[in-house]
Parts: sequence; structure tokens; C-alpha cells
Amino acid sequence: MIIDLGIIAAKVFLVLFMVLNLAGLLGWIERKGSALIQDRIGANRASVLGFAGLGLVNTLLADPIKFLTKEDFIPPQGDRLLHTLAPCLALFPALVTFAVIPFGDVLVVGERQINLQVANLNIGILYIFGMASLSVYGIVVGAWASNNKFSLLGGVRGAAQMISYEIAMGLSVIGVIMAYGTLELQQIARAQGELFWGWLPAWGFFLQPVAFLLFFTAAVAETKRTPFDLPEGESELVAGYHVEYSGGKFLMFFVGEFAEIVTAAGLITTLFFGGWQLPYLMRDGFHFPWGGALLLPHLAVVVLQVGAFTIKVLFFCWLQILLRWSLPRFRYDQLMRLGWKMMLPVALVNVVVTAVWIVLRQQLSVKP
Amino acid sequence: MSGDMILFFILASLSVIFSLLVIFPRNVVHSAMALAATLFFVAVLFLTLDAPMLAILQVLVYAGAIMILFLFVIMLLNPAALEGRRIAWWTLGSLAAVALLLELVSLFFYRPSPSGQPPVAAAFGGPETLAQSLFTDFALPFEIASVLLLVAIIGAVALAKREG
Amino acid sequence: MTHPFFPVLVLFFFAGSVVLALLLIAQMVGPKRPNPVKDEPFESGNPPKGDARIRFPVKFYLVAMLFLIFDLEGVFLYPWAVLFRRLGIFGLVEMGIFLTVVVVGFVYAWKKGALDWE
Repeated sequence: MIIDLGIIAAKVFLVLFMVLNLAGLLGWIERKGSALIQDRIGANRASVLGFAGLGLVNTLLADPIKFLTKEDFIPPQGDRLLHTLAPCLALFPALVTFAVIPFGDVLVVGERQINLQVANLNIGILYIFGMASLSVYGIVVGAWASNNKFSLLGGVRGAAQMISYEIAMGLSVIGVIMAYGTLELQQIARAQGELFWGWLPAWGFFLQPVAFLLFFTAAVAETKRTPFDLPEGESELVAGYHVEYSGGKFLMFFVGEFAEIVTAAGLITTLFFGGWQLPYLMRDGFHFPWGGALLLPHLAVVVLQVGAFTIKVLFFCWLQILLRWSLPRFRYDQLMRLGWKMMLPVALVNVVVTAVWIVLRQQLSVKP
Repeated sequence: MSGDMILFFILASLSVIFSLLVIFPRNVVHSAMALAATLFFVAVLFLTLDAPMLAILQVLVYAGAIMILFLFVIMLLNPAALEGRRIAWWTLGSLAAVALLLELVSLFFYRPSPSGQPPVAAAFGGPETLAQSLFTDFALPFEIASVLLLVAIIGAVALAKREG
Repeated sequence: MTHPFFPVLVLFFFAGSVVLALLLIAQMVGPKRPNPVKDEPFESGNPPKGDARIRFPVKFYLVAMLFLIFDLEGVFLYPWAVLFRRLGIFGLVEMGIFLTVVVVGFVYAWKKGALDWE
């Protein structure tokens, strides 16, 4: 029993550690990457004994220390309690959403089977949406508690944007759920190990390309980053809902945003790009469609799977950061039009088309 | 006392405390946040009753959507403007409270026989079981729910677009 | 312990600790040097004007209300999608009627300009 508890604690630590560290790493990728795109040098001020590590020392060591040692400003006319609560409400959901995303298949140690996922819930996807829907509080409450017009405007804008895209996001995954017939993410990841016509992996992207586009767009909008960064558009709102935040609390908003990126990347990977699946990698090694097999020991298979998952997640994190530095900002009416008048109807049509398609195949009893 | 009971009492007292925090503060936003917390703890109570689907929908719909609507309305109205008219609501509220109290007291005397209920199946409260009964046994109420949603849309649009 | 949500509870505990730790460190380490100018609401350097709790257009309320309605619609779709293969044609017709009614409302809102944001 102690061992079971230890395994749970280890998985929890691993996930928290990964999300927080990836968040930090993304901060570095963002600053150095944006510098590269804009032909600047980027973070290079801090160094330890002359070692700057391409700005890594700056973003991973100096920045957090700076943030935490700055004055924690609380607006005197604002609401002390809610001003402190808001960054917690922004960071906490972002940290716990990763719980249901599987980062590997089953690891067998002796007689024990360890499911490489913090919690295998039968409501998997809904848990993520539930937690994500709570992150709206962080910005609304923070904005209201700040006693600042720009904050409030940014907060209300942000909340309206997040709830609008939450709908498109929720409806876009219905097609995926129908295709795999479950809400459990581990089962969805397993189902994507099958092959179409003997060679094409049954990844969600090939089954539901429209859903992927909708989901990816909505996920980027949910993180409130460019091109969807109207809640914090600095040219009109100073910094939006976190105008009156400084020091550690600003760091919490900041880390929360990056943790959301990591979770979004994890979810996109799991739903649409096979999760931890590597094409043609079965439980006992590679089985290639052109014949031939490469058998591998169990541990090597697990390492390959976790590695594949990590690389896919990193790729989608990088893609989101690349988008943020490549695209201009929307206008607010364009943003609302995209969410309500384009993505919502397309998501509904996608659901209907998928449903009719599945029923037709069932009736004609074609083997799926 | 079993672990389940201890867990129940912790969760129940937390929900009671937070629901008291809904009514006592003068600040409406504090009340709204306390209500969100109450709804969250009630969701956890559903979890302990083996109803994960209900629990997560409680979080998703009540804490994640209805409370956001409440917060929006509070911000739209600017709560300072609401301070003046309290007397009329006090009487109405007290009447409602008395009615609720009577209902609660009557519940104390209602004791369902515990032996009548068979133990629930393992998949009870999961998405499949819930869907099974919702879309077969309760198909008609489900369809009527769509009419309710339609009415809600029309009502919201009519309210907000009255000026033209 | 064996409850499927137990690991989630553990994660909640540790994530909560991380959040609290960050908050406490920031409270303890940072300096506190308030001054009248710093305490003003920040409005890009201009002296702040009027009440910060400005009132908002009713459109935001409309968005929140429509969100609630379509969120509920989505809530009905999740269990349906899980069971869809077993429900077959019956499920398709059932959800078809449901969606048609809701889409009528959506079209009404669209035609009334409730989704416009000028």
C-alpha cells in the first residue's frame, strides 16, 4: 500500500515538475525565439561566473528571483483578499489539468502495472474542460479587485473571449469522442495505435481534421496570447487584467499562462496526434507495414513512448509560441465573429457529418 | 466512524461554511466567489457518492458557466448601485428562508429504509450509464430540454436587444 | 485510496502547495514601500479619472447568457457521443431533433444581431 502511495506521489511530482519546468523552458524559448524572429539578441544580461547559457541563466534563474524579490503591490482602493486570490485561481487550474493526460502506456515492473498517467478517470476530457472553465475566475476576479479601468475592461473582455471559445472547443472534441466512443484519454491514446489500410496510423488528426483545426484555434484563444491577446492588448489596455499586478503574483499569472500552453499541447497531442504512440511501435517493438520487425525490450518501448509524447508536446508548444510572434492581433469584433459565427457552426456541422458518417458505415456494416 | 463519514463531514461542513459566506459579506463579489466554492464542494460530495459525471458537470455548468454569468451581471450593474433597496428583499428573503426551513425540518422526520436500496453497480454514475438512461428512458424530457434552451435564447436576445 | 480520484486529490494538494509557496515567498521577500503616486490606479501616467468600476455594455451579458445555453447543449452532447455507436439511428434522430431546435434559436439570435459586435 505504501508502494502504491509512493507511485501516485511520484507520478504527481513528475507531472508537476514537468509542467513547471516546461513553463520555464517556454519562457526561454519565447524570449530567445522572439529575439531571433525580430532580429534582436534577447535575454543575455545575467550570467553565473561568466556562463550565460544562451540566456538560460537569465530566464530560468534570474527572472524568477527578480519576480519574487520585487514589491508585491496591492492597490489600496482595491480588494486585498480578491487581489491575492486571483493569481491563485489563474495558476491552480493550469497546474492540475494535466492530471488526466497519459504520458505513456503501462509500465510493468515485476508484477506491478503502472499506468503512466496521474489519474485514469472515466470522465477524462470533461475533467480538463471543468478545470479550464475555472480559470476564467482568475482574470475576472483579478481585474475586478484591481480597481483600475483598464484592468476591468481587460478582464471582462478576456472572460467574454474565453467563454466564447470554450464552446467551440467543447463542440470540436465531440467528433473525436464519437470516433473513439470514450471520454478516457488513455483509451483514446490506445485506439490511435491502430492502422488504416495497414500503414496510416489512426491518429485523431486523420479522422477529424476539421476538429483539429477548431480545437487548436480555440486552445490558442483560451491561452489569451496573440493573435487572441485582446484582454491584455498593451496598445489599448496597458496590460489588461494584470495592470496592477507585480512581483510574485504577476509571476503566477505568467507561469499559469505557460502551464496552459503545455496542457493545451498535451491535449492536442493526445486527442489528435496519437498521444504517446509512435507509428508502428507495438508493445514488443516495431512492426513495419512493409514487413520486418524490430523487437525491443519492454523498458525501451516505454522510454520510446514517453519520448515520443514529450517531443510531440514540445513541438506543439513551440508551434504556439511561433504563432504568437508571427500573427498580428485580431480586432475585438473579428474575434467574436470568428468564435460565434464561424467556429461554432462549423463545429456543429462537423458533429452532424461525423454522426451521419458513422451511422451510414454501421448500416452498410463496413468494417470501420 | 469510517473514513467515508469523516470525508463526508469535512466536505459537508466546508459547503455549509462557504454557503454562510455567501450571505454574510456586504461585498457581492465576495458572495459570488463563496457561492462558486460552495458549488465546487457540492461537486466533490457528488464524487463521494460515485457520481463522477454529475460532479464534473456540476463544476462545468454551475461553477464554470452560471457563476461566470453571475459575475458578469454583478460587474455590469456595479454593485455599489444596488445598496439602497434592501428592505423589500429582506422580507421576501425571510419568507423564502422560513419556507426552506420548514422543508428541512420535515426532512428530519422522513427516513427512507436503508435496506430497500440495492448497492450500486461499479459503472454507476459514469458517462455510459448516465447516457444509457438519459437517451433511452428519458428521451422525451431530453427533447423538451431543447425547447427550454430555445426559450432561453429567445428570452436573452429579447431582453438584451429591446432597445433595437 | 483506490478511488480513481484519489491521485487527483494528491495533485490538488501539491499544486495548492506550489501556489501558496509562491504567494508566501512573494509576500515575505519583496519590499513594501508605498508612496502616493504608486498607490494611484495606473492609467498610463495620466491622473486617474472617475470611478474604476465602469459599467459595461449589455452585450457582455448576452455573450455570457448564450455561452451558458450552448455550454448546456454541449453537456448533452458528451454522453451522447460516448454512447453513440450503441444508440445507432435512434440516437441520430434523437439528437437531430434536439440540435434542430437549438439551432433554430441560434439562427434567431444571429438574425436579431445578437452575435454582432460593432
